[in-house]
Amino acid sequence: MNTQTNQTENANARSALSAGTRAPDFTLPSTPDQKISLKEFRGSPVILAFYPADWSPVCGDQMSLYNEILPEFKRYGAYLLGISVDGAWCHSAYREHRNLHFSLLADFEPKGEVARQYGVYRKGEGVSERALFVIDGDGVIAWSYVSPIGVNPGADGILNALENLTAKKEKVAHGN
Amino acid sequence: MATSMRARLTIPLTARDHVLGPADAPVTLIEYGDFECPYCAAAHVIIKKVLEIMSDQLRFAFRHFPLTQIHPHAESAAEASEAAGAQGQFWEMHDLLFENQPMLDPPHLVAYAQELGLDLKRFVRELEEGVYRQRVREDFLGGVRSGVNGTPAFFINGDRYDGSWDIAPLITALERAASVAEVR
Repeated sequence: MNTQTNQTENANARSALSAGTRAPDFTLPSTPDQKISLKEFRGSPVILAFYPADWSPVCGDQMSLYNEILPEFKRYGAYLLGISVDGAWCHSAYREHRNLHFSLLADFEPKGEVARQYGVYRKGEGVSERALFVIDGDGVIAWSYVSPIGVNPGADGILNALENLTAKKEKVAHGN
Repeated sequence: MATSMRARLTIPLTARDHVLGPADAPVTLIEYGDFECPYCAAAHVIIKKVLEIMSDQLRFAFRHFPLTQIHPHAESAAEASEAAGAQGQFWEMHDLLFENQPMLDPPHLVAYAQELGLDLKRFVRELEEGVYRQRVREDFLGGVRSGVNGTPAFFINGDRYDGSWDIAPLITALERAASVAEVR
């Protein structure tokens, strides 16, 4: 549900990796017996969506919303990866319950290691920020955003970033 | 540095929208909603009261934002409201759907159409052919582009309203928007 924006809540907005930075590679479990590395997606845009925890008690939670928008992300050839500090078994149950059609990565051991690398770990609570990164096909961050932790950031920023990437690529292809 | 975002409505109201209240009202409230979302059903009751209280100060529009992966009947309910709208009874169907939220399977949708005295043959055919699927999708995608982040999502004079939609805070926000609009 809706939450008031709190200035101090957003302290990590400054430490989050920003556009132009090479996205740190990582390998994390996507299921109890499978792992995914960021570099496997080289050549395609990747949306990394860090979120605090599975099982938020609302209908249109962030991951369910992105699940609905997945066909739009695909139109840009982009892959969506959700990341939280929850374990792989928890993610499996959550994915199944919400009928999610994309991977949820377990930043579980060492806890929050990838969130730390991206500058979006909240030490006090031991969870990641609600943070979005759009990474281009060369593995460089094209756009990032840290939302107040109680506010679902929606998908408009992601779609704008993907659109800009496509426009940039077309420009290069046309030689100017 | 992460960039900031402020959610603004990107799709202005047009003749295709379903609108209640006068066009020159100082405040326009737009809801992106899902007929199978329990929070939207709760908000529906509140919006009805707010419309009564604000009277001609408020214009209200409803756009579709069905979360189809968690609500199996949300899409067909949205299309049913459009099919009723094509026969001049969008709001009547809109109300029936929210008031009967646990019963949104196809036979019930037809029963509601019958209750409203719609041309049933046309209603059923249009649902079967998915005549309004594109229209519902357009609402949904426009909502996504405007920063809709769950249901119900409200926009007051174009700004996403992230506050509580209980009756008192909502009216306060609407009245504030009205006074700002009148000063301009």
